[in-house]
Amino acid sequence: MTMATMNDALAGAQGKGRKRGRDLAGLAVILGLAVLGYLLFPNNLALLTRMTAIALLVLSLDLVTGYCGVATLGHAALFGSGAYASGIAAVHFGITDPLLMLACGILGGAVAGLVCGIVILRAHGLPQLVLSIALIHLFHEFANKASAWTGGSDGLAGIAPDPLLGYFEFDLWGRTAYVLGIILLAVVFALLRLIVRSPFGMLCRGVKEDPIRIRAMGASPKLALMKMYVISGAVAGAGGTLNAISTQVVGLDSLSFTLSAESLVMLVLGGTGSLFGALTGTIVFMFFEDIVSAANPFHWLTMVGALLIAVVLFAPKGLYGTVAGLAARRRGAGR
Amino acid sequence: MSTIFEVRSLKRAFGGLAVTNDVSLAMAPGDRVALIGPNGAGKTTFVNLVTGNLTPDSGDVLIGGESVTRIDATGRVRRGLVRSFQVTRLFQEMTSAEHVALAVLQRDGRAGRMFGHFLAMPEVMAEVAGLLGKLGLSELMHRRVSEIAYGQQRLLEIAVALALKPRVLLLDEPAAGVPQSDTGRIEQALADLPADLAVLMIEHDMDLVFRFAKRVIVLAAGTIIFDGSPLDVTRDARVREAYLGSYANAGHAA
Ligand SMILES: Nc1ncnc2c1ncn2[C@@H]1O[C@H](COP(=O)(O)OP(=O)(O)OP(=O)(O)O)[C@@H](O)[C@H]1O
Ligand SMILES: [Mg+2]
Repeated sequence: MTMATMNDALAGAQGKGRKRGRDLAGLAVILGLAVLGYLLFPNNLALLTRMTAIALLVLSLDLVTGYCGVATLGHAALFGSGAYASGIAAVHFGITDPLLMLACGILGGAVAGLVCGIVILRAHGLPQLVLSIALIHLFHEFANKASAWTGGSDGLAGIAPDPLLGYFEFDLWGRTAYVLGIILLAVVFALLRLIVRSPFGMLCRGVKEDPIRIRAMGASPKLALMKMYVISGAVAGAGGTLNAISTQVVGLDSLSFTLSAESLVMLVLGGTGSLFGALTGTIVFMFFEDIVSAANPFHWLTMVGALLIAVVLFAPKGLYGTVAGLAARRRGAGR
Repeated sequence: MSTIFEVRSLKRAFGGLAVTNDVSLAMAPGDRVALIGPNGAGKTTFVNLVTGNLTPDSGDVLIGGESVTRIDATGRVRRGLVRSFQVTRLFQEMTSAEHVALAVLQRDGRAGRMFGHFLAMPEVMAEVAGLLGKLGLSELMHRRVSEIAYGQQRLLEIAVALALKPRVLLLDEPAAGVPQSDTGRIEQALADLPADLAVLMIEHDMDLVFRFAKRVIVLAAGTIIFDGSPLDVTRDARVREAYLGSYANAGHAA
């Protein structure tokens, strides 16, 4: 081995060590924040659990938008489908074991991901965005009309999950749901870290930047995007299920354009193309929403708009992306 | 002589202008062909047509005797027809190693793997290091494309093509934009190509053409006007006329 290749191998190994370190750090941050949240807001665990569920939606959106460059304003279709799949399984088929419900929700989300992927990936850019908007309205309308199954505009009520693992009741304070949510988020985060760094993740980054180049390598951009859409659906479906389990109802708002748009705002706020960015955006947006809407219920959306404009103008890589970029530059300068 | 790559009466027009006008050629394993012609002769269009980036109006493309005219670009790559681009197409945020590794993994049908990292795959890394070393890019292995000079990006473009282990390699002006000091690398890489690989290189640098090619094809206004040995090409009256004509036109336009 020549000196150069040895140095490169070393550099590569160090890079890998650093990545692994960041994986563990990421998990530690999630668990640390979870404990902190529990201690700071013991009476508001429902909000924290909802935040966790939405974080799954935003992570899911990041997979297709941040990592693959797909423009969508209809991503709640995947989240809501997961929520309804698990809710319907519980209410109409008596599948009330929370983990089985989770499996139903993940499957429902994945199927919705497949359907949305087939439609949305037929177009690019603006037409793609329009298709996604049309899709979310169709999903919404479909759920509204199928009220025998979904409860229509009243929502699907009466979801009563069994105790988790037959032992942990879903209590009034929402502790069990919260813990379930955090574990779910940590597991999903770890899996997604694995996927985005895998050869498949590399392929998707390539597809995002130059599909023609990818085709010249013999890989099908469409196939890669479809796979990512299905994974994204599974993740969003898990989020939807978490929300269904913790609130015990599924409303039409889980299949709404508003939720889709908000999740995109959260992603842009935190920074696209980074899992940490997705988490940061969700936490900041939802806390901001909670605090500002309590302080000023009439103008909170204006404030959110102002925050978003500030971020897009002054930190176009998002809150996390900008901070990470600065840190990297500092490290580079120190070398 | 066995044929690995064949094109039959390929035609393509853009808005009435026949950019590829009844082009036919055949190549055998081991062939070293240079495709030359004035600017705008239709050389890149020809590559786009045979690789499936553009659809021909009529004609056939065959790889190893199999018609691939109805097979899309990715299918043709998987059958061993690989190209490089005249204007580098690389991923700005990816490192040199990532580019070559992605090509190697894709070639082996492993680019869809959702776990593991190529840095931890010794056989992939051995190939990556070997190829980058051959093109003099070892130092830049873990540098992003956005951080490396254009001349070296050209070399990386060739490394990616080679990583796909093609049977037929189409190089669209591999030396364009490469500083004189580095063209030696490209020539060396070309000289080291597997003996049974069929190579068609588009190139304006005639020194490079004469050192590389055993056969020269001249394309002018979408038609092949010469197909023969490098010795004869400079003596051919039509070729001279085509080049002179193009310069005369260029002068006229300017
Ligand atoms: N997509 C397109 N639509 C319309 N015209 C095109 C298209 N692609 C190429 N052409 C035209 O076809 C002609 C041939 O272009 P091409 O790029 O194939 O030439 P070339 O021989 O590769 O030239 P160069 O040496 O400059 O690379 C040019 O006149 C070009 O304007
Ligand atoms: Mg050209």
